Amino acid sequence: MAAVVQLPIDLYESGVDPDWCPGCGDFGVLKAIKLAAGRLAIQPKDLMVVSGIGCSSNLPGFIHSYGVHSLHGRAVAVAEGIKLGNHALNVVVTGGDGDGYGIGIGHFIHAMRRNIDITYVVMNNQIYGLTTGQASPTTMKEVRTKSTPRGNAEMPINPLALALVSGATYIARAFSGEPEHMAQMIAGGISHRGFALIDVFSPCVTYNKINTYPWFKQRVYKLDANAGYNSTDTEAAFNKAFEWGDHIPLGLFYKDEQPIYEDSEPALKNGSLAHQPLELKREVFQELVKEFI
Amino acid sequence: MREITIGIGGAAGDGLDKSGDTLAKTAARLGLYVYAYNSYQSVIRGGHIWLRVRLGEEKVQSHGDRLNVLIALNQDSVERHAPEVAPGGAVLYNSDKLKLDGSLLKDNVLSVPLPVGSLTKPSGKVQPVMQNTVALGALVFLAGLDFDTAANVLNDTFTHKGQAVVEQNVKIARAGYDYAHDNFVPLGYEWSFSRIRRPFVTGNEAFALGAVVAGCRFYSAYPMTPASSILHWMASHAEKCGVVVKQCEDELAVVNLAIGAGHAGARAMCGTSGGGFALMTEAIGQAGMIETPVVIIEVQRGGPSTGVPTKTEQADLNQVFGASQGDYPRCIIAPTSTTDCFDSVVEAFNLAEKYQLPVTIISDLLVSEHPETVEPDALHQDVPIDRGQLVTSFNEPNGPYKRYAFTRSGISPRALPGTEGTLYVSATDDHDEGGILISDVFTSPAVRRKVQEKRMRKLDALLAELTPPILQGPADADVTLIGWGSTQGVIEEAVAQLAQSGINANHLQFKYVYPFHSAEASAILRGCKKTICVEGNYSGQFARHLRAETGFTVDEHIRKYDCEPFEPHHIVEQVKAILEGRSRSNDLTVDEAREMAYHYIRTRLGDKARPAAIARHEPNGADEATWNIEIVSRETLEKRGELSIGVETGTTYWWHPVSA
Repeated sequence: MAAVVQLPIDLYESGVDPDWCPGCGDFGVLKAIKLAAGRLAIQPKDLMVVSGIGCSSNLPGFIHSYGVHSLHGRAVAVAEGIKLGNHALNVVVTGGDGDGYGIGIGHFIHAMRRNIDITYVVMNNQIYGLTTGQASPTTMKEVRTKSTPRGNAEMPINPLALALVSGATYIARAFSGEPEHMAQMIAGGISHRGFALIDVFSPCVTYNKINTYPWFKQRVYKLDANAGYNSTDTEAAFNKAFEWGDHIPLGLFYKDEQPIYEDSEPALKNGSLAHQPLELKREVFQELVKEFI
Repeated sequence: MREITIGIGGAAGDGLDKSGDTLAKTAARLGLYVYAYNSYQSVIRGGHIWLRVRLGEEKVQSHGDRLNVLIALNQDSVERHAPEVAPGGAVLYNSDKLKLDGSLLKDNVLSVPLPVGSLTKPSGKVQPVMQNTVALGALVFLAGLDFDTAANVLNDTFTHKGQAVVEQNVKIARAGYDYAHDNFVPLGYEWSFSRIRRPFVTGNEAFALGAVVAGCRFYSAYPMTPASSILHWMASHAEKCGVVVKQCEDELAVVNLAIGAGHAGARAMCGTSGGGFALMTEAIGQAGMIETPVVIIEVQRGGPSTGVPTKTEQADLNQVFGASQGDYPRCIIAPTSTTDCFDSVVEAFNLAEKYQLPVTIISDLLVSEHPETVEPDALHQDVPIDRGQLVTSFNEPNGPYKRYAFTRSGISPRALPGTEGTLYVSATDDHDEGGILISDVFTSPAVRRKVQEKRMRKLDALLAELTPPILQGPADADVTLIGWGSTQGVIEEAVAQLAQSGINANHLQFKYVYPFHSAEASAILRGCKKTICVEGNYSGQFARHLRAETGFTVDEHIRKYDCEPFEPHHIVEQVKAILEGRSRSNDLTVDEAREMAYHYIRTRLGDKARPAAIARHEPNGADEATWNIEIVSRETLEKRGELSIGVETGTTYWWHPVSA
């Protein structure tokens, strides 16, 4: 990448104070996104942050950029439309595990399959926080929540493994306790050409009393290229995606360069749809009508 | 007016649609008006298809009431439809394969057996579908059409398959023509051909063409009958027209992608039928809330649930009207004709962008899928394009840009994402002028009241822009027929037939469902003598909407929910019954009893049998009258048994097979 002048993090200050609980992991994510955008020198006007519904989905309101705070589960779909409507925008989707891995999981899988060039940051707290503490798709088995008083009976979703089999071309994990590392992962995702998933352990300090900062701090470690981890190795990525328990890996699990969906669309070759002239060429119109005669 | 209706009946795979298309295009090139309706029969194994093509020197607006010529491609079509052919008409069939029992025909109906084998012999071994081409050639002679024009259409149709295929088709059509010429007298149609070339299009094609003319840059859909042909047209013309066409994983994605693209600034549209629309509804409210322009086409089919996918109904009005929670500004347009599909979609894009809201076009299978000729200038390029108030640059003399500024009109000038100096977040949570939430930690009843008023008052100017409904026909008519959407043409024809019977009727058709011209409609309706609402559903959804919007209760109803379109006579007969004070019954007619017998045969006896004599029996043991239907062998005409069906309930009381 050509040398660029970094932009200051203040540039992305919205002036609206986040309404998250003190200590919420999402503060770290907000900061990391601003850091990443600044390092990539993305002007606020060229940044589009799209979210769904949930505590973490309030994030677009707290960053100075364009944003859509869409419906529960639909953030990825709206973001895909925005990207196709104006592919000059840097589109970052932010949301939670319920939004993305529960009600919105269909869009998540299909967007990865398309390898559309958007970056998806999931603030995964393994609980429904905004609705005061029900089990989420990533709640661990046997955990008791308001909706699972006898313990959660269901297997948690494995977002990284799912991303790997669904065709995502940049798959990473970060932790709110390490915002600098997270900023690197997010910056890597935004500059990656293709669908990037950054699953973030973002602890809910109010409703998840199990997967806490200390719980993660004792367990997380970083995948290290210098120590021999190869992020182009699908099998290695798959194995690491299933590592859980006493040791939980963070970092870039997988990266691959593949054509993106936008490359396949002839209509996008003439620039953004949003800024193309609307008039149809006279001879094209005449050809179209001729088919009916 | 000189007109002719030709019915082509056969099984799926008989190449019937191609033959119908050749016939229709031949007539259209001669300058005749054409209206075709393909009725997919569900009563016979193999999926029976019944295509009616009506041709006229003047505009024809429905597939009509009569059948003048039958082209029967299988035995079933001979038996089912030959009795419908009007005197003066003809039945064409392949006499190598099919038999026509002369007793089925009305007086003065010509039987035209075509020896397809010997007529195609000079062409060597040919596909079975060539029986259609023989019949087409014979029809061209009998109906007084022009053979050279038909040959030109065949040429254009088959040219991509090479000259040999073209020549074979023309030769075989000619053989049919010559055979008819040598053996029969023509049916006496003396046309005056204007040779004005009119496009022959379906409503869905008109939607698609209208969309690209209006600058549609994004179309998304999930396959669903009867909306899929919009997707097919869009996909096959996407590159040429510079449109991104996206088939999505579900209708949730379909509408949210379209909203995303619309939000980014592309003119965006999506299409579906009732089931898919049900999945879209939450997002349509989203478009209303974040004030994003988007056009949604809902093509109704028979419902509820999976319903009757290949049939038509007008029963999704409640759903489209009730889509999404909360009050939000939107517009609902019900196109009244094929031409109007083109106009409506252009209008929808302008309204969507000017007023920054979702516009739903509610169509139905009938108007979306039937093809007809439209006037040469109906599909045109000089359409108005109004993108509304767009902010392309902004400086801040009065503070920062407010995406949702509380203006008097309610329209807040829109800046597209990427514009310098106008950053904002669009939230589905309610928000203030600047887009800041008023839903979570800080709520504000006053801001909420004002933002809701701002959004909703956009509809005042929008309504003022729409053309109010107009009473068609004599103002002092004795009876007023009220319709909405696709029934414009058939009601117009019914009114003309009523006039011929000395009944003075007029007609009020609604295109704009929401916002509604309550004052104008109310004024018209209160001046009418007797009002009858004609609609294609069970419960009278439009009549209820009309009552809600105007306080006016219509006097009478004509409703159809067998999922076949209205034919003029359906309306005429019921208007007469209403005016004469005759009670209208839901009892099974003899024709319906025959249909039910066909259904019974198909599911239980295979296709080797058919219904024959039908007699009504008064209650005898059962608590209602019954239709007793003799079922005979199709091959030998021997009686196979007797079926008894309740006249009132339609239940099958018994099946008595003839013991072997």
